[in-house]
Amino acid sequence: MSNILNVSPSPHQQSAETTRKLMYGVVIALLPALAASIWFFGMGAIIVTLVSVLACVATEYLIQKFILKTKPSISDGSAVVTGLLLAFNVPSNLPVYIIIIGAIVSIGVAKMTFGGIGNNPFNPALVGRVFLLISFPVQMTSWPLPQGFNTGYADAVTGATPLAIMSEGIKNGETVSALMEKVPTHMQLFYGYMGGSLGEIAAAALILGGIYLVWRKIITWHIPVTILLTVAAFTGILWGVDPTKYADPLFHLLTGGLMLGAIYMATDYVTSPMTAKGMIIYGIGIGIITVLIRVWGAYPEGVSFAILIMNAFVPLLNKYIKPKRFGKEVKHG
Amino acid sequence: MFKTFPKGGIHPPENKLTADKPTVILPVPAQVTVPVSQHIGAPATPVVEKGVAVRAGQLIAQAKGFVSANIHSPVSGKVSKIDTVVDTTGYKQTAIVIDVEGDEWVETVDRSTGLLKEITLTREQIIERCQQCGLVGLGGATFPTHIKLTVPAGKKCDTVIINGVECEPYLTSDHRLMLEKGAEVLTGVSIIKKALGVESVIIGIEANKPDAISNLTELAKGFQGITVQPLKVKYPQGGEKQLIKACTGREVPSGGLPLDVGVVVQNVGTAFAVYEAVQKNKPLVERVVTVTGKSVKNPGNFQVRIGTPVSALIEAAGGMPDDTGKVINGGPMMGKALAITDVPVTKGTSGIILFPAEASKRAEVLPCIRCGKCSSACAMGLEPWLISVLGQKAMYETAEQERITDCMECGACAYTCPAKRPLLDYIRLGKSTVIRLARERITK
Repeated sequence: MSNILNVSPSPHQQSAETTRKLMYGVVIALLPALAASIWFFGMGAIIVTLVSVLACVATEYLIQKFILKTKPSISDGSAVVTGLLLAFNVPSNLPVYIIIIGAIVSIGVAKMTFGGIGNNPFNPALVGRVFLLISFPVQMTSWPLPQGFNTGYADAVTGATPLAIMSEGIKNGETVSALMEKVPTHMQLFYGYMGGSLGEIAAAALILGGIYLVWRKIITWHIPVTILLTVAAFTGILWGVDPTKYADPLFHLLTGGLMLGAIYMATDYVTSPMTAKGMIIYGIGIGIITVLIRVWGAYPEGVSFAILIMNAFVPLLNKYIKPKRFGKEVKHG
Repeated sequence: MFKTFPKGGIHPPENKLTADKPTVILPVPAQVTVPVSQHIGAPATPVVEKGVAVRAGQLIAQAKGFVSANIHSPVSGKVSKIDTVVDTTGYKQTAIVIDVEGDEWVETVDRSTGLLKEITLTREQIIERCQQCGLVGLGGATFPTHIKLTVPAGKKCDTVIINGVECEPYLTSDHRLMLEKGAEVLTGVSIIKKALGVESVIIGIEANKPDAISNLTELAKGFQGITVQPLKVKYPQGGEKQLIKACTGREVPSGGLPLDVGVVVQNVGTAFAVYEAVQKNKPLVERVVTVTGKSVKNPGNFQVRIGTPVSALIEAAGGMPDDTGKVINGGPMMGKALAITDVPVTKGTSGIILFPAEASKRAEVLPCIRCGKCSSACAMGLEPWLISVLGQKAMYETAEQERITDCMECGACAYTCPAKRPLLDYIRLGKSTVIRLARERITK
């Protein structure tokens, strides 16, 4: 009976869920898409992913150790997730120094300047991606084409993405049905047989990972489903109005970064709303802005910009969209 | 189909290690310490003096005012002193210490064990008897029972809900009571029904106690107007507002009472105490306590006299394991950690849980990643991440607008937080200050 008892307020037990487990859960969910990328792009996918993850983790470590002089928290896995997502958002033949610049901007500028994990208003990987897109427009838009496992890196055969072919063609007055002949079939798009960023191509693998995330209760269905439904509805209306000028909804769902963005980028905890209602408004916003940019904007793809724009509204959504409280409010006292 | 409340909730590991352990009656200890405040409301006033001989069931402290409860001697013997002691809440209060001699009961108490099913007392007599016998809610809040049975003018009660949920992990005392004293519990329920003049009673029991559900469902056929409602296992379903929502679909308003939606909730333990008080004239001097924990040698359910030291209960369960790091009075979600085990069992003690050292410390606190899991877990529809920060930063006005006072401190948010943030600590801080400020506003 000589035990010294621990006295702390309730609750006296905590769930087994931790930040680290959640982050590594996301990493696991991204593995099928990574495998698909390696299958389609070969060596380049491996090199870009490794460099990006290592550069992100190293940036966070060095900043915490030497600038902030705090205990490095790289083991929480969030820098690994950012590194993976940054790699997934760039071409698989991107020169190593550009990847490192992207990682430094993602972690250094978009995350650590705001105070590190939990405090960044914008999705770090997307900030890095958009920074690179604007700074290195040529390298960032020379997309390797899938060719089975390719051991080369910089010498990959490049070409335009299906979205770019569609967007350019429509501007040049070609009809959608003629353009559809130039892009992979919907089935090929579903499996990922197309040019594009490293991790965005394989819709099937991304959906598989998404199902895992929902099953593991890491994310809820609200954000991805709302984004995809909004894009499908908006492009469906356009398609219904004039199928010669606008591509069908399924084409929009399966191309570009939509699946990657909807399932993995827009659902980033820190930069997305905290209530179901807020998530739905946020998802609708991302869907609408994505289609606006794709159909009428200067870029053929707009998911990154759409998510970053809606990131800016998240504090507002959290402030004004409240969960439904239990019980009517009665004035008393 | 199992019913439940719609919003929030969690499912912690149930750990009902003692669910199949029959209740063991513990021998009367050599000395009992009976605090004069074992209920919500004013402490009772001692009516015995040092050296006086008392018998079990004898009034030793008189309720002070309406919101208070009588205290009776749980044993026979001599009052050795009236002193200040530390109770299970960790605060000091007055207690009557009695040296036990034999086990003599006052004559008015019927100590026979036979079931007395016929209710002869009138409504007023029932309520008066509950008040005399010092009955309080045994679910944990220890609110005096006679007040809950008295419907104030202007209010109406049409449904009684009996709380057999026992949603806290580990605890099984109510479960055992429903199995072993089912007929007595149901008679108690009928008495409560009569006292409140209602036609229908719902007994809510979670689906992890199928034996209790079938036992009471079977027995309820011999009673009028009592239905057993199986509920999906979800914490905090034993919370009054959640239980009412689950059983009737009614929502108690913010800051309101169950009576605002025509409901009175009583615990199954209370129903049993009502039976003993009304049918056997026996004051509340005993209760069933679960003593449990993963390293405990003989975890079990023990019927003990009020005032028995917690340490004696732990001894009965095989002694305190060497790896013990925390002793909890109550459940692991809402119970209080004890600093010492030399404190008496009171009317509100439902369980004693011994946690090994490694389970008794909190994990490292990491930054909030804004995952929103706390909001999803909150059964009151609050935003724990927000109100805890408001409490921490002393922004009480905003905290009040965000309905911090709706928090029932169930701990689901802090349980579920992946960053292990002490959400409830700061919510408590904010809530208590907001309540204090609101009171000051009224008195000004």
